[in-house]
Amino acid sequence: MAAVEQIFRATEAAGFGSLIRRSEAVAVPVLALIVGAAVFGLFLLTQGKSPVDFIAYVWQGGFGSAFSWQNTLSRAAPLLMAAMCVALPARLGLVVIGGEGAIVLGGVATGALGAHLAWAPAPLGITLMVIAAMAVGGIWIGMAGALRHYRGVNETISSLLLSYTAIALMNHLVEGPLRDPASLNKPSTAPLAETMRVGPLPGMDVHWGLALGVLACILCWILIERTAWGFAARIAGGNVRAAQVQGLAVGKLVIGFTALGGAIAGLAGFFEVSTVHGSANASLAAGYGYTGILIAFLARQNTLAIIPVAILLAGIEASSGLVQRRMGLPDATMQVLQGIVFISILMSDAAYGRLAIFKPKGN
Amino acid sequence: MTDFLSKSPRSTLSRRDLLRGSAALGGVAALSGFPGVARAQSALTVGFIYVGPRDDFGYNQSHAIGAAAVKAMEGVTVVEEENVPETIDVQKSMESMINFDGATLIFPTSFGYFDPHILTLAPKYPDVRFEHCGGLWSADKHPTNVGSYFGYIGMGQYLNGIAAGHATKTKKIGFVAAKPIPQVLLNINSFLLGARAVDPSITCQVIFTGEWSLAVKEAEATNALVDAGADVITCHVDGPKVVVETAAGRGAFVCGYHADQSALSPDKYLTGAEWNWAKVYTDMVSATMKGEAIPNFVRGGLADGFIKMSPLGPAVPEAGRAQFEAVKAEIEKGGFSVIKGPLKDNAGNVVATDGQAFLETDPALEGMAYLVEGVIGSTS
Repeated sequence: MAAVEQIFRATEAAGFGSLIRRSEAVAVPVLALIVGAAVFGLFLLTQGKSPVDFIAYVWQGGFGSAFSWQNTLSRAAPLLMAAMCVALPARLGLVVIGGEGAIVLGGVATGALGAHLAWAPAPLGITLMVIAAMAVGGIWIGMAGALRHYRGVNETISSLLLSYTAIALMNHLVEGPLRDPASLNKPSTAPLAETMRVGPLPGMDVHWGLALGVLACILCWILIERTAWGFAARIAGGNVRAAQVQGLAVGKLVIGFTALGGAIAGLAGFFEVSTVHGSANASLAAGYGYTGILIAFLARQNTLAIIPVAILLAGIEASSGLVQRRMGLPDATMQVLQGIVFISILMSDAAYGRLAIFKPKGN
Repeated sequence: MTDFLSKSPRSTLSRRDLLRGSAALGGVAALSGFPGVARAQSALTVGFIYVGPRDDFGYNQSHAIGAAAVKAMEGVTVVEEENVPETIDVQKSMESMINFDGATLIFPTSFGYFDPHILTLAPKYPDVRFEHCGGLWSADKHPTNVGSYFGYIGMGQYLNGIAAGHATKTKKIGFVAAKPIPQVLLNINSFLLGARAVDPSITCQVIFTGEWSLAVKEAEATNALVDAGADVITCHVDGPKVVVETAAGRGAFVCGYHADQSALSPDKYLTGAEWNWAKVYTDMVSATMKGEAIPNFVRGGLADGFIKMSPLGPAVPEAGRAQFEAVKAEIEKGGFSVIKGPLKDNAGNVVATDGQAFLETDPALEGMAYLVEGVIGSTS
């Protein structure tokens, strides 16, 4: 520690004090990850399993080969977009946990529309489906924002309940009005026209959702950090009364940011249907929305940080099969890991500002 | 319907080695020092993938029992994965088994794994055999390295119904069902018709939970059925554990489904319709080991050993045992029909005219959209 202290003080003396204060934002979550991993390692030992083996398999299954990377990145694509549905409203101080509903309905909109687009040229048809999916997702989560702003309804509860409603609505639609009569034992919408399917990224077995997810993370970072809208949102997130006193349009910000988060989650639904499933059905409710919550919190609601965190989580999920098969551990092991990491990240909030090492000494 | 064109898995060795080699290039080699990464080689590696937990006392457990029987075979390595959703996850799980474990025969056991997941992967791995449970393969549409198998379990629910018909005092029996799809409707109808073969005044109330696995609703539905007077309950959900325990806890008798649930309630368990995947899987694996092709389309019922019944419980009266065994023997002879005229659905429409009979193999049953007269409930 003394050596680190020395480096820090030297950095400060050289006039880069802000760098040290910023490094706290990286160091604290990394420390929390290490503590979480250590606790999980103890848990593995109580089960008579080796934590070293576990890490080896996570590496091999998630990152150790070209196939592992494609596996990881394929899984990361929907998670990137699901996490944005949490992180964007979070900048306004809102805790939205209903992204699953926006994903599911985005997928249903894609399936419902895509089955009737055989006439359209691919660019037009795909654009229409993207608009539909994003609009439906945006309206769904935007509703939670509007309820918050106009009626004072807790957005955490309302977005969660709306996601249940969305899944029920999806089941009703794919088993009823939108059901393809040929889908006997697994009710689905009619399959998308072949031209409406989006293929993989060039040279990879990973679909375009990954590229769009990364792009969305970058654009949203610019929106939040480099535009007047983002600045206003951060002010409102810090103190809503102060923002109102300053005359900021808090209502528009709340509804706009929740709707944008929902629209991006809806886009995840579009990619699920247009790249993986080819039609909308109950498999859309795969829990991406909930993993997205974990990712956004791990990334401390920073949309750029979401990219590596989503890839890390996806890699852990990609390796879960190998862990199951080689170590004889049940699938729930990964949920134990996620739970422990989530709790240690939440607890690490208390560490901010308390670690003397990050406090500037000079000025 | 069968097709013997499928390729022998013998030809896969070189490709397997190739895949291993490329995986090693990706950095796996660096890890070979870790214990357990290098696997013992055997003649055949078989993968099993389940959509839920393998100890669910139900659908997934029935397949895991089959996998355990394969595991006991000489020269076979079995790799298993549970809780794999019907998303890109299952595609990657299959590929992971192929790339890391050298699996050349894979049993993805959930119905929803077939389209699009197996169909996407099969052309990419022509030397791997994909055997899917669900009976969806068709020669003009699907790759030849994909096979499909399924069992006619409706007859098992018919026999459940006979046991239920003898046990019920209230003449009301109940069915907890997941979704109103043809396969489930056939089970519900078979259960009631079995009971009516004992006493034509029996009615069966059905409650759909809407999900394959949703414990809270399954418990609610079971309680509601018992509250409404049903004293024998059966179900068609992925894991019947909750239904069996809730019904038995309320004092009702139960008929099992998917796997043997008698251990959950030995006194109240009458019998159960079980999959017998151990026979199907060991047959397929030994054919593969001998270099013989597995037919792409395999189906069977009670007579073929695809289905079996749990041993009758102590609550089934003597007369019930006699009728149960007699009908079972008749079914095993073949040519038995559960759906036969004159028969109406519960809205009064004729579904089978006098003299009309549907064998269990009849494709018309695969589009079933009705509940027969005597079933209280609705498909929508």
